[in-house]
Amino acid sequence: MLLRYTFQRLLMLIPVSISISIVIFMIVHLLPGDPIDNLLRIGSSPEDREALVARYGLDRSLFVQYFTWIGNLFQGDFGQAIVLRRPVIDLIGQNLPYSLVLGGLAFAFSSIVGMSLGIISSVVRNPIIDRLVRGFILLGSTVPGFWLALLLILFFAVNLRWFPVSGAGGWDSLVLPVLTIGFGGVALVARVTRVALMDARREDFVMLLHAKGLSHNTILFRHLMPHALLPVVTILALRIGWILGGAVTVEFVFGRPGLGSLLIRALGQRDYPVVQGCLLMLALAVMLGTLIGDIAQAAMDPRVREAKT
Amino acid sequence: MTATISPLGRFARIKNRSLGALSRTSVGRAFSSWIGKIAGGFIILLVLTAIFAPWIAPFDYAAQDLMNGNQPPGWPHLLGTDEFGRDVLSRVIYGARTSLSVSATAIAISITAGMTLGAAAGYFGGLFERVVMTIVDLTWSFPDILIALIFVAIIGPGLTSTTFAIAIAYLAQFTRLTRAQIVRLKRETFIEATINLGAKPHHILFRHLLPNAIAPVIVVGMLAIGDGIVLEATLGFFGLGAQPPTPSWGAMMSSGTAQLFLSPWVIIFPGVVVAVTVIAVNLFGDELISALDIRERLRGS
Repeated sequence: MLLRYTFQRLLMLIPVSISISIVIFMIVHLLPGDPIDNLLRIGSSPEDREALVARYGLDRSLFVQYFTWIGNLFQGDFGQAIVLRRPVIDLIGQNLPYSLVLGGLAFAFSSIVGMSLGIISSVVRNPIIDRLVRGFILLGSTVPGFWLALLLILFFAVNLRWFPVSGAGGWDSLVLPVLTIGFGGVALVARVTRVALMDARREDFVMLLHAKGLSHNTILFRHLMPHALLPVVTILALRIGWILGGAVTVEFVFGRPGLGSLLIRALGQRDYPVVQGCLLMLALAVMLGTLIGDIAQAAMDPRVREAKT
Repeated sequence: MTATISPLGRFARIKNRSLGALSRTSVGRAFSSWIGKIAGGFIILLVLTAIFAPWIAPFDYAAQDLMNGNQPPGWPHLLGTDEFGRDVLSRVIYGARTSLSVSATAIAISITAGMTLGAAAGYFGGLFERVVMTIVDLTWSFPDILIALIFVAIIGPGLTSTTFAIAIAYLAQFTRLTRAQIVRLKRETFIEATINLGAKPHHILFRHLLPNAIAPVIVVGMLAIGDGIVLEATLGFFGLGAQPPTPSWGAMMSSGTAQLFLSPWVIIFPGVVVAVTVIAVNLFGDELISALDIRERLRGS
């Protein structure tokens, strides 16, 4: 059953990927300005310009350009960066590891700390701890990321000199960026865990378990957690795309290389192929995230896979 | 929800949650707790500050005083001055105008468009619904900042494009919510009755479905104004929002980064105001949700 669900879910990816590729292609061609203008030197003749336009295939119809692009994608060819004059795949390959390390650490940080906080706040019946966690959840989901990054830099990098201000050197340069991205994630995961646990606790079967005389811990970890994990896993999987995309701000503030900073730079330079490549990678991450989330959900909850088959 | 009440009672209850429920009574109930009082009071105060900025601000927001640049908080500049000697407090006060109006306008556009799309999708169904929902789900799974960034890149920087970028970034949310409400309401007995009485589609949609769907959308819209303020600040921080000398909280922090080590107050105060505003909006929105008793309906979508 699960295999069949997974297969169906994979089939659904085909129309989604086609629409994503069309949307990305259209967005990029809606961008005003022309990358060719960035390439021309002062004194270039209109003929030089035309030659460049023809070289990058920008004179052909959108239809032809789209299918050429898709065809090349399947051969692993993301095109040639117009301004940076290098294969896009190289640029992505160079920047992606930084984003993956940062995103992976932030993801782990927000899941572990977030779930622990959520469990603590719903288990410990201490109004002060509960209020503290809820306050933290509120702060984490409202404070602008770039501002938090600046405050962290100011306090930990400038005043205490514990961590470097910017760049991507050793492990110590990762601490502040991970904290910044993780802060919002922790709050989100904590909130979802908390609400899910509170909801699960109200179910009738929990009362039965208590009546059976099971200890609180057994009920919590053996019976409540599997229930509560469902929405948490969904949120976490959706979060994969958010973390990669949300890293844009953080990479910018900390001056780190990565997919986000590559995208920002390419948007500024109107470097179509790079923008396309970056958006595709982010879309891929988002799609993978939802896919993993859906399959995990189906694996844990028979109702999900029954409903859709 | 499942408890069976007499049809009339149920109808009356649903009716009570419609637009009329957003009137003084429920807003008044949102003000009844002390959290609601503080948060709501702060929002009212902020709006008044934004409206009466010229009379409240101690200095002109654009007046430069290069001899007194980067002054720490003190007298006469309560929150210090920036690198050009402009008064930070006055710029924060005027910035409230920019941030609040941009965010509120953007969310208003977003709600209008989202309700239209969502209502049409939910009411007509079919291929139209599937196309709309595919696109909505696509944008829904992307971070708002990314969507806004791409759209500002298309239209070009400035306050107008920031407004539209924010509107587009949250469009999916309102479309989804409205559609979910409409789909749920369509199954209610009173709609069935209205259809059997021979009501025309537009009558059902505009007189029965939309009025009943509007309360959750408005409350989510109010919460989204908070997110919009953060998004506006972030775009401003990237230098894509308000252009100098227009004061905006984000733009202030953007120009302040260069002076981060010299005059941190230029960054700290606008950020504090953004954070406090968004927290107040969230707390008050939460009180409104409780007062309107629509938490279950929001969770379902």
